[in-house]
Amino acid sequence: MAAPEPLHNASAAPADDAVVDVRDVHYAVAQRPVFRGLSLRVRRGRITAIMGPSGTGKTTLLRLITAQIAPDRGQVLVWGRDLAQLGSSEVFALRKRMGMLFQNGALLTDLDVFENVAFPLREHTDLPEPLIRELVLTKLHAVGLRGAARLMPSELSGGMARRVALARAIVMDPEILIYDEPFAGLDPISMGMIMRLIRDLNEGLGITSIVVSHDVHELAELAHDSYLLSEGRVVAAGTPRELREDPSDVVRQFMNGLPDGPVPFHYPAPDYYAQLLGETP
Amino acid sequence: MSSRSEISLLGPVQRIGAVTVFLVRILAQCGPALARPGLIVQQIYNAGARSVIIIMLSGLFVGMVLGLQGFDLLQRFGSEDALGMAAALGLLKELGPVVTALLFAGRAGTALTSEIGLMRATDQLTAMQIMAVDPLRYVVAPRFLGGVIAMPLLAAVFNIIGLFGAQLVGVQLMGVDSGAFWSQMQSAVEIDDAIEGIIKSGVFGVACSLIAVYEGYHADATAEGVGLATTRTVVASSVLTLLLDYVLTAFFL
Repeated sequence: MAAPEPLHNASAAPADDAVVDVRDVHYAVAQRPVFRGLSLRVRRGRITAIMGPSGTGKTTLLRLITAQIAPDRGQVLVWGRDLAQLGSSEVFALRKRMGMLFQNGALLTDLDVFENVAFPLREHTDLPEPLIRELVLTKLHAVGLRGAARLMPSELSGGMARRVALARAIVMDPEILIYDEPFAGLDPISMGMIMRLIRDLNEGLGITSIVVSHDVHELAELAHDSYLLSEGRVVAAGTPRELREDPSDVVRQFMNGLPDGPVPFHYPAPDYYAQLLGETP
Repeated sequence: MSSRSEISLLGPVQRIGAVTVFLVRILAQCGPALARPGLIVQQIYNAGARSVIIIMLSGLFVGMVLGLQGFDLLQRFGSEDALGMAAALGLLKELGPVVTALLFAGRAGTALTSEIGLMRATDQLTAMQIMAVDPLRYVVAPRFLGGVIAMPLLAAVFNIIGLFGAQLVGVQLMGVDSGAFWSQMQSAVEIDDAIEGIIKSGVFGVACSLIAVYEGYHADATAEGVGLATTRTVVASSVLTLLLDYVLTAFFL
């Protein structure tokens, strides 16, 4: 499983259960390549983990999948449709079928918890107020925050804000749910709550889930499929167990949290002694 | 030499083009935004009602200074009775729209820029896009319209309080005849003068609100980026207000 892109052949037609199909994507920011031939596939009804060291473009990948940016080369297909070929109204129609949990929650700060969760319903539906109230309270109950409905975002802890954001992300009953670093900065209790919610949403509602994170142990418990990104491409793919048993250096370094290895501890720098002696700037 | 001047010209020209394109995009969203009057009323409250105190205070002092200086100048020619007319024309045509716009840029413009900039920095705008809600329609257009509507109303408040201030100094303090003060004003000030002031404050409202929302929407998603954007809002709005004031004054003369 150590060979790059073992699960996916970029030239193959998408399998029936591929909800997201990233094909040989190249993307650069200010001449600095982020992706160099990235290919991966997210299958329907499964939890897919995207892992990788910081700065490998995990969040950029989410921006590609949600059509916030377009690849320089290659294709991103969602439900078999090439995002680059879609107009803005089609992209918006596609996004209505997706939900995304941002790392910081990204709650609208001028609305209280209830109105934040009600926001997509008010924008996209003409549902009567009693029904909106019922739906919002149901989703807030699902994340355990029905009692916080009238709090403002500034009154919430980080974990609570993320749970409210999750309630908002699922209020339109999306088919794909994308989690951007859902465990970052959370205490163990909040982390456990978020993990349980991700699993419940996947098992109970059959939502296809994409979890971007570098929390190896949490993802090992959650994910059905995993991809490890490094240097702009997939370096390993498979189940979390397969990744843990992968013999390649870069996978072992990441999975075991080793400080030095193929991903160096030191940022590229001139010779240490030469610099201390003032021979190099 | 020529390439350097091309480079130095390119930046401002590109910027003007970008702001113009942004204005067109906002105008395209104004229709849908008008269908949600609650959002616009909220922004008129934020940009307008919350600026009323500073506008009234400034209007009072500007009017009082106008009364004092006007009285000092006019009495040299023995025509201090014309103080009401001078103060009214000065306020309606120039000081009202211009000082209101400058105060608006400092108070409401900076608030708009930093609010939208922070929404960008905290991913709120991106979250809206992911929820298939266009931030231009939900966030930018209501704030732009709120500013455009609030500006002439604030200028009107400024003018009324300014006239009160001029009257306070001229009539109550310096002893100008009250009847002459008001009757000279009534006979000399035409409706065209008021319209000139309204048009000016409307144009300043568009310019200042546009710059504020543009800078906020395009702010770098960092604390420094939002700070710089806020500074640019004040500087650009102030300079543009004075520049447009000259152009409009020349046009109306």
